[in-house]
Amino acid sequence: MTWNGWLQILFTGALVLAMTRPLGAFLHQVLEGRRHVLSRPLGWLERLVYRQGRVDRREQDWRGYAGALLVFSAVTLVVTFAIQRLQHVLPFNPQHLGPVGAASAFNTAASFTTNTNWQGYAGEATMSYLTQMAGLAWHNFISAAAGLGVAMALARGLTRDGRDGRIGNFWEDLTRATVYVLLPLSLVVALVFVSQGVIQNLAPYRDVTTLEGARQVLPMGPVASQEAIKQLGTNGGGFFNANAAHPFENPNPFTNLLSMLMIFAIPAGMTHVFGRLAGDRRQGWALFAAMAILFAAGVAVTYRAESIDNPAASVPGVAAGAGNLEGKEVRFGIANSALYATMTTDASCGAVNAMHDSFQPLGGLALLFNMQLGEVVFGGVGAGLYGILVMALLSVFIAGLMVGRTPEYLGKKVETREMKLAMLYVLVFPLSILAFAAWAAVSPHGLVTLGNAGPHGLSEILYAYTSAAANNGSAFAGLGANTGWYNVTLGLVMLAGRFLMMLPVLAIAGSLAAKKPVPPGPGTLPTGGALFALLLVGILVIVGALTFFPALGLGPVVEQCLAQAGKVF
Amino acid sequence: MSEKPGGPTSAWNGPLLRGAVRDGFRKLDPRVMVRNPVMFVVEVGCVLTTLAWLRDALGSGTPAQPGWFTGGVTLWLWFTVVFANFAEALAEGRGKAQAAAMRGIREGAVARRLLGGREERVPAEALRRGDTVVVEAGELVPRDGEVVEGIASVDESAITGESAPVIRESGGDRSAVTGGTRVLSDRIVVRIVSDPGESFLDRMIALVEGARRQKTPNEIALHVLLTGMTIIFLIACVTLVPLASYSGLRLSLPVVVALLVCLIPTTIGGLMSAVGIAGMDRLIRHNVIPLSGRAVEAAGDVDTILLDKTGTITLGNRMATEFLPASSVGAAELAEAAQLASLADETPEGRSIAVLAKDQFGLRSREFTSADVAFIPFTAATRMSGCAVGGRRIRKGATDAVAAWVRSLGGEMPADVAQAAAEVARAGGTPLAVADDARVLGVVRLKDVVKGGLPERFAQLRAMGLRTIMITGDNPLTAAAIAAEAGVDDFLAEASPEMKLALIRAEQAKGKLVAMTGDGTNDAPALAQADVAIAMNSGTQAAREAGNMVDLDSNPTKLLEVVAVGKQLLMTRGCLTTFSIANDVAKYFAILPALFVAAYPEFGALNLMRLASPLSAVLSAVVFNALVIIALVPLALRGVRYRPLGAAALLRRSLLVYGVGGVIAPFVGIKLIDMVINVALAAAGLA
Repeated sequence: MTWNGWLQILFTGALVLAMTRPLGAFLHQVLEGRRHVLSRPLGWLERLVYRQGRVDRREQDWRGYAGALLVFSAVTLVVTFAIQRLQHVLPFNPQHLGPVGAASAFNTAASFTTNTNWQGYAGEATMSYLTQMAGLAWHNFISAAAGLGVAMALARGLTRDGRDGRIGNFWEDLTRATVYVLLPLSLVVALVFVSQGVIQNLAPYRDVTTLEGARQVLPMGPVASQEAIKQLGTNGGGFFNANAAHPFENPNPFTNLLSMLMIFAIPAGMTHVFGRLAGDRRQGWALFAAMAILFAAGVAVTYRAESIDNPAASVPGVAAGAGNLEGKEVRFGIANSALYATMTTDASCGAVNAMHDSFQPLGGLALLFNMQLGEVVFGGVGAGLYGILVMALLSVFIAGLMVGRTPEYLGKKVETREMKLAMLYVLVFPLSILAFAAWAAVSPHGLVTLGNAGPHGLSEILYAYTSAAANNGSAFAGLGANTGWYNVTLGLVMLAGRFLMMLPVLAIAGSLAAKKPVPPGPGTLPTGGALFALLLVGILVIVGALTFFPALGLGPVVEQCLAQAGKVF
Repeated sequence: MSEKPGGPTSAWNGPLLRGAVRDGFRKLDPRVMVRNPVMFVVEVGCVLTTLAWLRDALGSGTPAQPGWFTGGVTLWLWFTVVFANFAEALAEGRGKAQAAAMRGIREGAVARRLLGGREERVPAEALRRGDTVVVEAGELVPRDGEVVEGIASVDESAITGESAPVIRESGGDRSAVTGGTRVLSDRIVVRIVSDPGESFLDRMIALVEGARRQKTPNEIALHVLLTGMTIIFLIACVTLVPLASYSGLRLSLPVVVALLVCLIPTTIGGLMSAVGIAGMDRLIRHNVIPLSGRAVEAAGDVDTILLDKTGTITLGNRMATEFLPASSVGAAELAEAAQLASLADETPEGRSIAVLAKDQFGLRSREFTSADVAFIPFTAATRMSGCAVGGRRIRKGATDAVAAWVRSLGGEMPADVAQAAAEVARAGGTPLAVADDARVLGVVRLKDVVKGGLPERFAQLRAMGLRTIMITGDNPLTAAAIAAEAGVDDFLAEASPEMKLALIRAEQAKGKLVAMTGDGTNDAPALAQADVAIAMNSGTQAAREAGNMVDLDSNPTKLLEVVAVGKQLLMTRGCLTTFSIANDVAKYFAILPALFVAAYPEFGALNLMRLASPLSAVLSAVVFNALVIIALVPLALRGVRYRPLGAAALLRRSLLVYGVGGVIAPFVGIKLIDMVINVALAAAGLA
């Protein structure tokens, strides 16, 4: 670890903090349908969408909202599946790539619909430009917008003085988030990326002769436009297989910093939106603080672990004390690789600028645990806010009893129905991660493509299902996941991790929206302060640790113990 | 029930304890256990390990683990279930004893039913609602009813524990009689108001027995949380078997069950119903009968408390507190005249004047023969009382009445006296003018006396976030003065029952929960509207029907205790839940290294407690898990200590004690148990 490294990490954190308030204020205006700076220049587009789509703009109850979400997601999933299967007869396919295999196409469609962007395939060798743009980049926008909508629905349910249980209109949320936030921001960021050397074209791949005289094929494509939304929507699906480690995606430290900021921008801003909706900004800052604590802890562990030389890889020519540089881009170095990895796993993004498989066991453990916390450390766009709000409801329930009152959050009583739904939400993670990982660990289908033996192999399996369930999409690699079995099981886990969690969230939103808030008093548990933020951190860590500790124990924990004893896999 | 609260230790007497142990085993019936999902999972685990142990013991081949381990784990898992049942049985035990005593009252009672003017003797059970019965001195009231004729003194000690007899009469607010009480004098005619099995006594018996105990809303919500956590740990433990098998480890069934039982929240799961029953029991020992468990919980949530001024905030009556003489008159002279005027006045106000004169000026009440003195009693028309003694005509009374009287004798009300009277009124007191013939001597200040210690209690309530509103028939001026003195947050002056009801509705419309007490029939609508409504046992049947709690002592101040008990109930559940979850951290560090070292000796680095052997580590965790239930039974029955603090302070404190404490305690406990087990194993030659 170096001072320089820490300063860069701190600088990035400070920029995130500085962005939160202005971006949150803008998001609040947009998502609540108020007037804002872009109302005039882009209002026509919003209206056009409503007119062309014959959108019923009345507010929906949770069933209506969930129905719209599910139908929309199902249709777009099928469309993306179809585009992949038919790409050989569709335009914008200069490399004449053939149709994508059925299992892989299902996996990819599920992956992009769920904002996961798990990539079982290698982009440049599999997907045509049309598939990349119409099938995948399109999902990057709308899956992020749908996530924002669900978060808004829950936030409205919590903060509205409701009686009718209505939580907003899915189509409005989807349209506004896309038109006013995701599109314009991506456009600006894409242009900045282009200025830094990220490519943007529809040309065929190029044959070049390298300095050594060898011949090489350089893949081309509309990268910058995809790169911007991939970060901003916490999607993470790289244009190329190497993702953000590829110089055409992420050429220099500036684009790297910009990428990281884009990953946290909207999730952090959403905490502020929540504070504004609650009419008490401290409510939002308390959530922000809880997230920031977990983020700081994660980056500290990872940075420290990666700063230690890999005992098994003393490469001649690499100075001792440089840290674990295996699988890292030297243009980013240890600090920015550890930071990027922490942010991408915290925020359900899944873009990578280094090989997570090559991290030290402890570093890999931190990345795994970041996701297993439930993608709430800023988390996915929208998903982070609704995830941490569900955990806040759980915290409030336990702590509320301790102060001798029926638990309430923002004056809304947390009762049996909310607890049932919250437990359904919480159960999705262990069920989909542990059950499938355990199956893969003893099934020949699971073991046949496993790259490493011993605990590291188990970490790879665990990472794959964790990443899928958490809708993260980053890969530990080392595991050949492009098999029929993995494509199908991971696809199912991604769908579970998205929709089986969104449904209880929307149901909670509807149930809370119909409740009359109790005015706060000195006897009410304060949820806008440091104590609550710490409590939330405690509950998150304990629930996450208690659920996954045995599995982690056999994976990265034991690997770390072994590494200290000098054994590696 | 004539015993007053005997403290928590009274639970630990012999017969109760023996009964609880017996019930602890009887409740192992799976049909009973399934109501508590957490403990049901433990019981299933017990059966599985028992089978594994039998297979090891009877089968051929070498078992995976030595018999002492499998046997020990099995035994202590069963103990875990039995301990939890024992806690519940112990909590129920006290109620059962009380119920048995009350049932004794009911049995064999005979009623004298009036039918068309004729009287017939029927068993009490045969009475129906609407029947009329006669009860005479020495007889038991056969069932709850309303006195429709006559007046009698009634011994209610069987219900209330209060030995002093009370008066019950037809009409008015004291017309309700309770089945099982005894008429001591006179004869009353009672109209029965309840059918068999629905009387107050029946409800009390059912309640203290826990027969009709249903889970309360909060309890159900907590059960959902605990069940959810149990399922999570079930998934974690079951999936651990294939994950371990990948790592070359074969986990045996007893080990997996031991891990599961240690992780699921058995502490709170096992003690939850005991906490609920004990909470009700605490109220009953305050002589408050909650008619539903829901009401007890609601008490913890109360935001606004309505308190009647008279009897709750102030002592029942006004007291003389000061003599304010006219400018030309000495205070002693005023005191003497006032005392003379009050000699025949047996009202508390009158007596308080005599007492004040004695205290301030050493004036003894003098004995007069009726020849010397003629007493003039108070009438509503004159609004004065007084006496004629030795030619003096002394009067005391309302200022305007005395002024009119003085004027009729040719005198005048002095300006300074009139001013003093106005000031007394403004300060919330009642001025009483005293005149000796045409001469006005001054005024006596009569004041409502606020009960001692109330301002402090209201301050505590405020810190807890509760708002107190005083209800009074006084004018706003007087009400404001008393409200300020007592330290209540608000008041409702010149209150009528309709205004009271409207106030409750207004508070509820703001999302607040309202608690109140009441006794009169005109309180019934407000009682029915309030979320926590304590009816005075001395009140009317209508009031008792409308409330959701009955205070047998008829002490309106008890509302404050009721709120405390409600909060304590919720706090106890929350603290035990936190403790239970926090315990898991240490249990992981005890069990997982023990499980994994077989495949990865390096994992021993995480054996933070340095437990002697893998098997003893697992057994120690299981033993700790069982013992902690027993260790916390007193806490569950007594409730966590309740402090009237704000939510933030309470949370900080509870998190420190039960959260941080819950993380640390098992590290110490498991280590100690491990040491004991290894000493025992060494002694038995097994290690």
